[in-house]
Amino acid sequence: MAFENPFDPEVTLGRCSCGRHANQNDHEHAAIQDEEQSTARVIEQAALRALFPEGPTRRAFLRAVGAGTALAAVSSLFPLGAATALAQDTKAPIEKKDVNIGFLPITCATPIVLAAALGFYAKQGLNVSLIKTAGWAVVRDKTLNGEYHASHMLSPMPLAISLGLGSTAAPMLIPAIENVNGNAITLAMHHKDKRDPRQWKGMTFAIPFDYSMHNFLLRHYLVEHDVDPDRDVKLRVMPPPDMVASLRSGNIDGFIVAEPFNQRAVYDNVGFIHMLTSEIWDGHPCCAFAVPEKFARDNPNTFAALFRAIVSAALYARQPQNRANIAQLIAVPNYLNQPVTVVEQVLTGKFADGLGTIRNVPGRIDFDPFPWQSTAVWMMAQLKRWGYLKQDMNFKQVAERVFLATDARKRMAELGYKAPESNYSKHTILGKVFDATRA
Amino acid sequence: MKRLMHWRAPALSLIMFLLFIGIWHAATLPTAAPQNVNDEYARLVGKAAATGQKSSFPAPADVGAKIWQHLKEPFYDRGPNDKGVGIQLAYSLARVLAGYLLAALVAIPVGFLIGMSPTTYRALDPFIQVLKPISPLAWMPLALFTLKDSSVSAVFVIFICSLWPMLINTAFGVASVRREWLNVAKTLEVGPFRKAFRVILPAAAPTIMTGMRISIGIAWLVIVAAEMLVGGTGIGYFVWNEWNNLSITNILTAILAIGLVGMLLDLLLARLTRLVTFPE
Repeated sequence: MAFENPFDPEVTLGRCSCGRHANQNDHEHAAIQDEEQSTARVIEQAALRALFPEGPTRRAFLRAVGAGTALAAVSSLFPLGAATALAQDTKAPIEKKDVNIGFLPITCATPIVLAAALGFYAKQGLNVSLIKTAGWAVVRDKTLNGEYHASHMLSPMPLAISLGLGSTAAPMLIPAIENVNGNAITLAMHHKDKRDPRQWKGMTFAIPFDYSMHNFLLRHYLVEHDVDPDRDVKLRVMPPPDMVASLRSGNIDGFIVAEPFNQRAVYDNVGFIHMLTSEIWDGHPCCAFAVPEKFARDNPNTFAALFRAIVSAALYARQPQNRANIAQLIAVPNYLNQPVTVVEQVLTGKFADGLGTIRNVPGRIDFDPFPWQSTAVWMMAQLKRWGYLKQDMNFKQVAERVFLATDARKRMAELGYKAPESNYSKHTILGKVFDATRA
Repeated sequence: MKRLMHWRAPALSLIMFLLFIGIWHAATLPTAAPQNVNDEYARLVGKAAATGQKSSFPAPADVGAKIWQHLKEPFYDRGPNDKGVGIQLAYSLARVLAGYLLAALVAIPVGFLIGMSPTTYRALDPFIQVLKPISPLAWMPLALFTLKDSSVSAVFVIFICSLWPMLINTAFGVASVRREWLNVAKTLEVGPFRKAFRVILPAAAPTIMTGMRISIGIAWLVIVAAEMLVGGTGIGYFVWNEWNNLSITNILTAILAIGLVGMLLDLLLARLTRLVTFPE
């Protein structure tokens, strides 16, 4: 800005409004810096207070080692830099307007896609390019090489990438979950009498990716019915359209995958929906909005703006009365490229099951953005249980680094929504309660 | 009589084409079957599911209608993931040409040098022989990892695959220039540059062009596979996107377009080859 507006009552010509700075610009710049520093202070205090709840102990510790050492020691336990970055103010300017986001054409991507279709990104001052991607491995690679600044991922993927499982290790963040439920197990038509998993020994099933809730849920479901997922059945990784084609040709007996491909199999008469994953674990997280930690740290305001756009879209999509309209918006070739009726049956929960019955399950898919850290602990436990994760580690520590529940609560409150008060919850999976605090 | 002979082959082609369409049409005739579910359910599923059949392969008329639809509007652009077939083909062609021209820039001079020196030829031969048969898609992960950009990787894959036929053919063409011509040049005391451009290059040109013709074919084969993998834009992405929608009609349209463009590229190179061919 070269010239001040001389008619602005806030502007003291030549000096700033408080008189301590050369002009109004410097004054505002200093004010922003002050605000940033005080945010940093608050966070450091909060972290220290969390570590040493009693005042005397904390003060004794600080006197003993010195504040600098204490800060360094605390930072090594808790990523203060990241937390400070994440708590930045909403009014601050966006560092990076042009953002590339990858997505897969499935209903899980609804919040990411809807935020574009409804103009939520633009409202946050962002120019987002949504790039349809051919598979989870490609999404992972393009996020790691920086082509995508943020991406739609299966919720266990950021955990796996942060731990370096199946790729080079890079710390990832999940600021928000995209969808809960929204998957199903589909079987080939000729298996319509084999509804008990105990009859499935010797069959072949397709899963979308190793690091997926689909893989974990199917394995858990099989084990609970005395089927060993490694010995008694074959699990093959496959892209969703290949699953439908393979089911038609008889190469596989069934699959577990994100919608709309289960409904698509019904639509094309190649299979029937055996069960929805909401019948295994109602409210399980499925896909997540994932951001590399580095991008969030370098662009905290962009990161915050992305969060607001996507969570607003998710909360819009939670309303049942909006669902039919959303189906129209996202089924187009630019996004999901599917028949509208298929997407609509997924979103409204009123669907043909492939066996001649119309079922009505309004909770078939939902878009609860809150990233429960307890669900992350369950995913880590599954990674360990099935041998993807070899070493022992503190699951909760990793969960808390990747799933930003505290941050999500704060930001949801800013948007005027109430988030759960705890970061951990008990989850009922196939009738048994999973308690992450005791895992 | 002679004019009639001239038309014999095209007529035969036409008959074969019509026969093919006829068989295809007959094979995909819809079988009448009663709807075996109630109306409400039938509205939720495809036609095949409502009548309890497997969904069928599209008939030639369906594909024809789809092609007509694409031809009417080849260059529409409704967002980054939904562009007309014409635009997709243009993206693919641009990638192919970029990779191909880069390969030509490298292969022809290098081929020239190793063709003129039998020792270099023999020294480089093992490397060329090992690198030549590598599948383009095997290069893809390596390219993505090192170049960190998917469109550059696609161009690199085109480059590396169209390099070898041009390189080998250039070297071969240069090495097998007739001894007499070189001797004549020597007798006339022609300088090395003049010899390379006025004697060797024209003599080797037809062989070099043959290599270039093989390369463009390979490049066009490779681009479709590469774009299916990296996505974004191009005719390969179009095929993948339509496969995601299980739309066989659109895939058949794309297959036809890929074939036609490949044929045009080949024809173009064949014309250029004829220009540089000389009678001995």
